[in-house]
Amino acid sequence: MLQINNIEVVYNDVILVLKGLSLEVKKGSIVCLLGSNGAGKTTTLKAVSGLLRPDNGEITDGDIIFEGTKIDKKDAAEIVKMGIFQVMEGRRVFKDLTVEENLIAGGYTSSKSDINLNIDKVYSYFPRLKERRNQLAGYMSGGEQQMLAIGRALMAKPKMILMDEPSLGLSPLLVKEIFNIIKKLNKEENTTILLVEQNANMALSVSDYGYIMENGRVVMEGESKELIENEDVKEFYLGMASENKSFRNVKHYRRRKRWLS
Amino acid sequence: MEFFIQILVAGVVIGSIYAIVALGFTLIYKSTGVVNFAQGELLLVGAYICLQLTVEYKLNFVISFFVTLLFMFIFGFLVEKIFLRKMIGEPIISIIMLTIGLSSVFKSLVQLIWGTDTKTFPQIFSEEPVEIGNITISYVYIFSIISVAVFLIIFSVFFKKTKVGIAMRAVASDQQAALSMGIDVKRIFALSWAIAAVVSSVGGILIGNINGINTSLSQFGLKVFPVVILGGLDSILGAIVGGLIIGILENIAGGYIDPIIGGGAKDVFPFIFMIVILMIKPYGLFGTVEVEKV
Repeated sequence: MLQINNIEVVYNDVILVLKGLSLEVKKGSIVCLLGSNGAGKTTTLKAVSGLLRPDNGEITDGDIIFEGTKIDKKDAAEIVKMGIFQVMEGRRVFKDLTVEENLIAGGYTSSKSDINLNIDKVYSYFPRLKERRNQLAGYMSGGEQQMLAIGRALMAKPKMILMDEPSLGLSPLLVKEIFNIIKKLNKEENTTILLVEQNANMALSVSDYGYIMENGRVVMEGESKELIENEDVKEFYLGMASENKSFRNVKHYRRRKRWLS
Repeated sequence: MEFFIQILVAGVVIGSIYAIVALGFTLIYKSTGVVNFAQGELLLVGAYICLQLTVEYKLNFVISFFVTLLFMFIFGFLVEKIFLRKMIGEPIISIIMLTIGLSSVFKSLVQLIWGTDTKTFPQIFSEEPVEIGNITISYVYIFSIISVAVFLIIFSVFFKKTKVGIAMRAVASDQQAALSMGIDVKRIFALSWAIAAVVSSVGGILIGNINGINTSLSQFGLKVFPVVILGGLDSILGAIVGGLIIGILENIAGGYIDPIIGGGAKDVFPFIFMIVILMIKPYGLFGTVEVEKV
């Protein structure tokens, strides 16, 4: 469904962030993209959704193909209309708009009757949003704001949702709830999901396939259930060191890390 | 007491016109982040277009009023498209300079075409004032208040209920997030300028009917600053309340202080008030206090 082939992204004409990144997302699947801070995960999502330009970023090489169409030169509005919707990091709800107005803004590309239909659907997924429909989004809790951000995405009826760190700043219980919703959306709405996460454990447990990024490249990929068993992944991303940490291990870690990238 | 109420009425009328011009200013500031120094010139252009249509082309006032609004809508749209669009992403000070430049250009163009003499609208409203109790109110005042009220209601419904209106507020709230949901931000910018030009020209036509028109009318654009500073640069409700307060205060100053000191207080008072407000409430009465997360 989505293919990213060898893309390079440069910010401000000088800072090379993605150095030949490739990945593929199959229709109907949940794919997760893991990596430490600054690895280029968000940049990858923005490259797909056309949101690089406001950040002075540019795809200088490679291409991105969505359902057979090249999309790396298209602007954000066209990409939304083609069926890709990015839920941005940090929720980014419109704070001084009410919940319902946020949803209407999310449905900007759909017709009026679709908006009404989709609002009802969002409310059936998130009854809590319905209770707060006339409340200003800025006054809601982090979990509710995340629900609103996901609900806003549903308004556009996307074929694919790019989700950037939905667990950011949420309690473990809420993280679980959000991930359950992501799974449910994938099953019931048949929405393909590309998920960027720091919470590797959670992300690998809901996804079908995973990519691990470092320094703007994919350094490892595989079925999620294999990745979760992989010793290196366990050590670097799941925080499960097999032996006691000592200075030797730290050195060892550095060596392995170099080998990885 | 009658004198006071008379002043109050005049203040509310002028204040409501300030409010509608300030609404345009706020709209541009809110959605595009541009401080528009050419607001007064938009008003000027609108007023002269309407005058031209009514006097030279002998159109019915109501028709020329709406034709002017249509013209100004396109005018504002084009100004954004031709001049402002290229400046997106440039430093804010350059954009401000550009609007100052535009204001001079518009004003000169108006002077070139229509000259500098004061012109008046033909008598549209009856000279005979309405008497309510002991107070006399002229028809043009009543017309002004009603039309400002109608426009303010139309716009609040537009911003609250329509998809495009909500999208405009969304852009004002978080531009990148708005972009991510397929909202065409550039079109919203153009629309903001178009609406701002329309509301300013409403102000211009009304004030033109009350006082007559010459190019000094563009000073109205400067008067908008105390209004929006008082109301908070980014608040629409603030623009309305600020407009009314400034209009009333200005007229009170004109009525009570001017006779003592021999004039001038009326014009300077709003700015004194603005400075005081800025010193005690830098974000205005209704403005958002920006909280930066570190």
